[in-house]
Amino acid sequence: MKKTMFLGTLAATTVLAGAAFAGTLDDVKARGELLCGANPGLTGFAAPDANGEYQGFDAALCKAIAAAVLGDATKVKFVPLSSEVRFTALASGEVDVLVRNSTATYSRDNDLKLDFPVINYYDGQGFMVKKDLGVSSAKELDGATVCIQTGTTTELNLADFFKHNNITYTPVTVQDDSEAQRNYLAGSCDAFTTDASGLAAVRSSFPDPENHIILPEIISKEPLGPAVRHGDNQWGDVVRWTYNALLIAEEKGITKANLAEVEASSTDPEVRRLLGLEGDMGVMLGLDNAAFKNAILANGNYGEIFEATIGTSTPIGLARGLNALWTQGGLQYAAPFR
Amino acid sequence: MSDSSFVRTQMLPPEVPPLTERGLVRWMRENLFSSVLNTVLTLAGLAFVIYAVAATLPWFLNGVWNAKDIKECREIVLANAGPEATGACWALIRERWHQFLFGFYPADLYWRPVLALGLLLVSLAPLLYYSMRRANLILVGTVSVLTLIALALLAPGAALLVLFAGLFAALTAVAWYAPQKLVWLTLAFPLLAFALLWGGSVWGPIGVAAGFGILALVYSLTKSFLGVVVATGAGVVAAAVWWLMVQTSVTTALHGAIPLGIQAVNSDQFGGFLLAFVIGVTAIGASLPIGILLALGRRSDMMLIKTLCVGFIEFVRGVPLITVLFVATLLLGYFLPPQSNFDLILRVIILVTFFSAAYLAEVIRGGLAALPKGQYEAADALGLDYWQAQRLIIMPQALKVSIPGIVSSFIGLFKDTTLVAFVGLMDPLKGVTTIVRADVAWKGIYWEPYIFVGAIFFAVCFGMSRYSMYLERKLKTDHR
Repeated sequence: MKKTMFLGTLAATTVLAGAAFAGTLDDVKARGELLCGANPGLTGFAAPDANGEYQGFDAALCKAIAAAVLGDATKVKFVPLSSEVRFTALASGEVDVLVRNSTATYSRDNDLKLDFPVINYYDGQGFMVKKDLGVSSAKELDGATVCIQTGTTTELNLADFFKHNNITYTPVTVQDDSEAQRNYLAGSCDAFTTDASGLAAVRSSFPDPENHIILPEIISKEPLGPAVRHGDNQWGDVVRWTYNALLIAEEKGITKANLAEVEASSTDPEVRRLLGLEGDMGVMLGLDNAAFKNAILANGNYGEIFEATIGTSTPIGLARGLNALWTQGGLQYAAPFR
Repeated sequence: MSDSSFVRTQMLPPEVPPLTERGLVRWMRENLFSSVLNTVLTLAGLAFVIYAVAATLPWFLNGVWNAKDIKECREIVLANAGPEATGACWALIRERWHQFLFGFYPADLYWRPVLALGLLLVSLAPLLYYSMRRANLILVGTVSVLTLIALALLAPGAALLVLFAGLFAALTAVAWYAPQKLVWLTLAFPLLAFALLWGGSVWGPIGVAAGFGILALVYSLTKSFLGVVVATGAGVVAAAVWWLMVQTSVTTALHGAIPLGIQAVNSDQFGGFLLAFVIGVTAIGASLPIGILLALGRRSDMMLIKTLCVGFIEFVRGVPLITVLFVATLLLGYFLPPQSNFDLILRVIILVTFFSAAYLAEVIRGGLAALPKGQYEAADALGLDYWQAQRLIIMPQALKVSIPGIVSSFIGLFKDTTLVAFVGLMDPLKGVTTIVRADVAWKGIYWEPYIFVGAIFFAVCFGMSRYSMYLERKLKTDHR
């Protein structure tokens, strides 16, 4: 995940400007469109298809938020942001929410004055090597050449990891994923390191994925989540609870397909509150009572989104792992909906 | 005196030169193997060319055009050429070519940028070949035919197609009977292109045009007693007042009364070569006049103007383009009031224009410096005022000298448009390539999009460069 320190200072100088954005929810409603900062192209997470429609795991969350706030999942405008400008674009109000595989960190939270209301994907940095290298653990990579993207936190993590384990390596710095992939396949480096989700996506694109292994060590925590401006708590709550609604829907077995049926038959009070059949839950947040139902209808629940975009049924083939529900040994845990 | 018994009475026919002194052998001996060093270099160069072709040609020959994803491409190459072979996967270009050309521009409106490109080339004709009837006819005729074919393939509808056919037939006729008259199309083209590409109400561009009308009116009314510079200033101020304060309310009222317009397209849907051309052509067109003014200002005797021009030129030249682009997106984002929607493409165009104008100013100043002092003095002796002297004597010569430098700047500027990728615009080289490669179906593809985009850039830049050489030959008047 790239770092943007110089932009951080820039953002910090304009903290006061944050006051001007206090009512993001009202702005979005007045505009009738959600401005969602997106990655211009990250396999499985966000990328426009042949028709120019953004698809992917992050894009689906944007659509769900738009559905919750505006009642229509198509009323979202994706603003492609490079990693250099993403936080500034958020701070200056060019986008309402940034769903761009951004790692939540202390300094981004406090120095850049952002809030990460939820973590929608728990990632971590890993290594990929060719099988015939005969390595089964990252700690055996002493003296290896490692392909690494420049200017990213992954670069710093890598240095930390090797130093900590008292082994040496030679970095081969590259600009982006596809270049790393070329270097790695051409044999310029023994190992390729980036976020584990990225490794899986890269490996899936190889002609011979079976000859490459992803080593078991995960050397960093990369909690990726949507970011909003600090100080607009209501808008942060909208993002958090839209996301939570998708998690609860998975927990309760509500899918896009069976939602109408569940709505008609369910007697579970939490489900009825979630779908807006009981209580005034949506109105409490300044939304419609059907908001969370619409969010689920947009792309299905969290599990459905995961499976459709990056899960084992796709070429990327990521297992749920840490991103399984808490009931299945993962970390995805939503506060109760009451 | 002489008692020679034999005197030849007719010439012998010339002997054929020896084999080593004629034809291909001689050419090779003189040019390729004239010395030991040259022989070694020739052989090394030949070896390199053979190696490069042997390494890449099979890749091109094994190229696959029909596949739904990269896996299928690989399977087809495997089936056709065996396990060790590699092959290009052009199927990617086949599926996504429209994004490389138009970005996210709505597919049913592709005819609008195509029409705009056709009109651009037609309106270039009088600039490139002023009053040269044959050249004009060939250029306009070819462009008309190609544009109409492209438009027919895009199928915007029969009625529109007939309209366009009539339009281009009329333009071709104008190019034959009165090539100079095409200049009016050139003058109207910026607004025409804006109306076509962005769409929306027709009153917006008409309002902008009215501003220029006001500028011209004020200038011609006040020129006689205020002088050229002050009259131009007054005209600009009047036009600015119109554009900034009056125009919006007038055009809104007009649109309310007579709602006339076509479907609007938002700037963020522009991408690929459409974006590169919009930025490149606008910046090229606008930076030349600004560059000329800056160059003249830098050589001016007036202290204030000179200082301002030198300051601007040196400041802009001292800053990398990428910094200018970040200023366009980030800093302006902070300085402008929140929610104000100052179009990002417009911001980028303005700053790229200034950037390129500063470089052009120095190129043109080089041309001015190359003129002998006598030319200036001759102009003074003829009693011409400053602007007449510049227009009639100085600039034609200075610009002629500067042609190679100016065209180099233009080519550089056009290629630099790809840098807008760093501020989130979808340039063809990095922007579109990134999104295409991010698709699960095509991930793993590397060279194909680069080659496709590079080929188009090469064609455009090579064309510019050839035209500049033609122009140099045409304008060559000296006897050196």
